Amino acid sequence: MRTILRKVFLVDLLQGMWVTFRTQHPKNIVTEQYPFERPKIAERYRGAPRLNVNPENGQTLCISCDLCALACPEALIVVGWERNPETKRKDLITFTFDTSRCMFCGLCEDACPVDALELTQDFELASYSREGAIFDRQILEEGIQPKKYVF
Amino acid sequence: MAETFLDSTELVLNMGPQHPSTHGVLRVIVKLDGEKVLGTECVIGYLHRGVEKIAENRTYTMFAPYVDRIDYIAAVSNGLGYCLAVEKLLNVEAPARAQAIRVILTELNRIGSHLLWLGTHALDIGAITPLFYCMREREYTLDIFEKYCGARLTTHAFRIGGLQYETYEGFEKECLAFCDLFLPKVDEYEELLTGNRIWRKRLIDVGILNEADCKAFGVTGPMLRAAGCKWDIRKALPYCGYEKYDFEIPTRENGDTYDRYMVRMQEMRQSARIIRQAVEGLPAGPITAKVPKVIKPPVGEAYVSIEAPKGELGYYIVSDGTTQPYRCRVRPPSFVNLQALDKMARGSLVADLVAIIGTIDIVLGEVDR
Ligand code: SF4
Ligand code: SF4
Repeated sequence: MRTILRKVFLVDLLQGMWVTFRTQHPKNIVTEQYPFERPKIAERYRGAPRLNVNPENGQTLCISCDLCALACPEALIVVGWERNPETKRKDLITFTFDTSRCMFCGLCEDACPVDALELTQDFELASYSREGAIFDRQILEEGIQPKKYVF
Repeated sequence: MAETFLDSTELVLNMGPQHPSTHGVLRVIVKLDGEKVLGTECVIGYLHRGVEKIAENRTYTMFAPYVDRIDYIAAVSNGLGYCLAVEKLLNVEAPARAQAIRVILTELNRIGSHLLWLGTHALDIGAITPLFYCMREREYTLDIFEKYCGARLTTHAFRIGGLQYETYEGFEKECLAFCDLFLPKVDEYEELLTGNRIWRKRLIDVGILNEADCKAFGVTGPMLRAAGCKWDIRKALPYCGYEKYDFEIPTRENGDTYDRYMVRMQEMRQSARIIRQAVEGLPAGPITAKVPKVIKPPVGEAYVSIEAPKGELGYYIVSDGTTQPYRCRVRPPSFVNLQALDKMARGSLVADLVAIIGTIDIVLGEVDR
């Protein structure tokens, strides 16, 4: 008898509906309205790469030791340097970082002895072309500048 | 048999690789008699990336991020299996603190994986709402991963010999808060599904796989436990200090789709229990063992298997004494479990086939590697 009544009054369905109904209240909304609402990115997030510069004189911190390039499993970092005849040190000339092949594992960041290379919280890496995904030294030092497109 | 225009003929159809309920790019060739499935055959390999071959060209440290991409839903478990295998080759053991943190993260990952399974499985059967709720709770586990190691899905959280990162401030509190929040939510999913008559009718006695068949196919994980076999590598061959934690292995008898659902629901509760114990007893101390900078294991081989969310995940690594593995073989649970599909699906209806594919809990990155 009870089972028949439960069946007739759709108890099992109403039970489920009640769960859905409970979460209707606007304060229970958890969806992030992304472009309007910026997500909170964790401090350790591994996103867009950055090549740090000395904030006082704008010189790069990189000592061209090539360790990041050796640590990278995808071999996508190319460090171009030249020996300075006066100081007998290596000067950084170019630095390319191909984000299209990067898997953001953080091994390069861990390998850098002077914390010059860093993966930052920036996560918007889309670009209009494949070439746009290859970061040169300027982009790495100054960050991604949003491009203006004129139609 | 007299031939009339009403006679049905057998029909061979392709299901997938773009079918939404094959959970990726699985292609199943089905032979049908009307609605009835006469036989199935899986065509796999659409997502093949040659991970095992890549291992032979990378150093041990470099290969660690790739294993996350084998089963991207349970990246942490994969990382753990690989690190344990290399540690066994090197004959080192991670310190107690690192082991406890590894347990916490893998159990969180198990919950996340089961939640994704539950959501998509329910979606296949026709219940849309659970997916939203599952995603809502999974988000908490992903947030913990993001704060801990900086990535949400392909985490690369563990390193050979221990961990790269110390826990962040508030890690323990967040894990405990998640356990508190999560248990009532499991009851909520059960309220939505367990008693629901459509859910029961669609699942009970569908895709039965008994214990003997499970063993014959090498099926492991929740599928094996749903058939009544109490086999869990966390208990049988404890790793990472699982022997210290008090938890149960949920089992059921029938081995049908409904039982597998019940086993996984129970497993999520048990995982929350393990997380709580691990967080409360989190020891202090170092997080990495002494491992050389350049990892060069002695000549030899090692096999380590762990209990991944989907079953037994094994890593077999052969070292020839250089910095790169000579061979790295992955024993993926989804790939082995998928072999039982034909056995389960034969004689069922097409709609049940969807339920059966869902209940295996495959992830195609792992099947194809
Ligand atoms: S994050 Fe990983 S893949 Fe990307 S450049 Fe660094 S080491 Fe290479
Ligand atoms: S490891 Fe650091 S210092 Fe060395 S080349 Fe790379 S970015 Fe420069």
